Amino acid sequence: MDAQSFATVFSHIDEYWSGFFRTLITSLAALVMSFILGFTIASLRVSGVKPLAFCARWYVEFLRNTPLLVQIFFLYYALPQLHIGFLNLSGFQAGMLGLTFYTAAYIAEIVRAGIQSVPKGQMEAARSSGLSYYQAMVFIILPQAFRIVIPPLGSQFINLVKNSAVLTFFAGYDLMYVADSLQGSTGQVFPVYILAGVFYLILTIPLSILVNFLERKLLV
Amino acid sequence: MLVMLLSVGIVLAACGGKESSNSNSNASKLDQIKDRGKLVAGVKYDVNLFGLKDPKSGDVKGYDIDLMKALAKHIFGKDKKIDDILELKQVNSKTRMELVSSGDIDLASATATITEEREQTVDFGNVYFIAGQSLLVPKDSKIKSVDDLGKDTVVISVKGSTSEQNIKEAAPDAKVTLFDDYAQAFTALKSGKGDVLTTDNAILMGMHKQDPDYVLTGGLFTDEPYGMIFNQDDDEFREYVNDFLNDMKESGELAKIYKKWFGEEPPEDILKENTMLK
Repeated sequence: MDAQSFATVFSHIDEYWSGFFRTLITSLAALVMSFILGFTIASLRVSGVKPLAFCARWYVEFLRNTPLLVQIFFLYYALPQLHIGFLNLSGFQAGMLGLTFYTAAYIAEIVRAGIQSVPKGQMEAARSSGLSYYQAMVFIILPQAFRIVIPPLGSQFINLVKNSAVLTFFAGYDLMYVADSLQGSTGQVFPVYILAGVFYLILTIPLSILVNFLERKLLV
Repeated sequence: MLVMLLSVGIVLAACGGKESSNSNSNASKLDQIKDRGKLVAGVKYDVNLFGLKDPKSGDVKGYDIDLMKALAKHIFGKDKKIDDILELKQVNSKTRMELVSSGDIDLASATATITEEREQTVDFGNVYFIAGQSLLVPKDSKIKSVDDLGKDTVVISVKGSTSEQNIKEAAPDAKVTLFDDYAQAFTALKSGKGDVLTTDNAILMGMHKQDPDYVLTGGLFTDEPYGMIFNQDDDEFREYVNDFLNDMKESGELAKIYKKWFGEEPPEDILKENTMLK
């Protein structure tokens, strides 16, 4: 490892940027979608409707207890065997969907725990002051739950960004894919992965700071 | 942050450097191998005809393997049991150079094309196989040659291979998509992730044997001399292996192994000198 090898790798910085934006887009899309999906699943679990709660529970168990890599391999290589045109996903699509489904399971658990950690008395008080169940949920319970779940949600989103590195196995053109390809073509190892790490930090550190900021901002 | 990472890197690199220089200064590579009692060779486990692991028996078989076996017997004598004197280590296109440089393996015989860029990190021996890049497509494909690869075609290749760079030059419009090894690349072609798979003809021949629904097309569009990979400090060992291969060519042993795997006589100029050697 010397200055020369860093220079070789730095000459490919454009490729890193394109990988960086691909990772950024994948992560952002998966972040939004997994939040919506995870929130929906959590609502089903606490809805009190037995069949819905049952399905939601098994979604979480199934997705949380199998490796992400297996899930995306399934989406990427197994679905095309069904020979249905639109199910032949690109690496980018399979990766984004896989990350969404997987992360949603964790988010569902976090949100459920958040809702259930709001003392029962809050709901009872809200109901007895004339609010409906949904009004009580939206105006009384969820705002309190939201504050509790900010830190674990933040870690989960940071994990999401890092997990997006699995896209390298599915020709996802993400940061890790760029690093892997450069490692092969230039033969350099150290600078290639250090630079990849730095680019991941550019994504995750602002996310960390944002989460900390929100946490302080919402403190009662 | 960057400074911190770099300094950790420099410390690690310094530690690594010290160890390897210690072991190198003691004895030449050949002496090290003899002292150890076995040759440690890096080969591929996923390339049919060169180095392929049979999942049932667990044996690795191919042209590269047979050459490494012959080399081990040449070093230690024919009467030794091959498992005692030869240790095969699996490498891929991404790891093979690094493992040789770090001294984890004595040499790699792993379908590696000799290139100027790679010669800056490692040394290659004489040309032990002359390959050329070709295309593998489904039987009913419309693609007949490199000229058919337009901007709507997706070309599958493998990370770290020279095929990636070559195809970008030969078909600049086509979209290239890369996988980690040839097994995955072939699975990707079969599941329709791309229209054509490109790499050296010899590797494609192996895939065609495995599944005849996929055929080679378009002839060869590059000249890819394969060389065994050596550490840059091991000039003596590299020459030793070159001499050994030349002897094998003269005795007809090399032609025998070549025919066993590729079904034809080796080309006249096999074992021609590696002209890029620095």
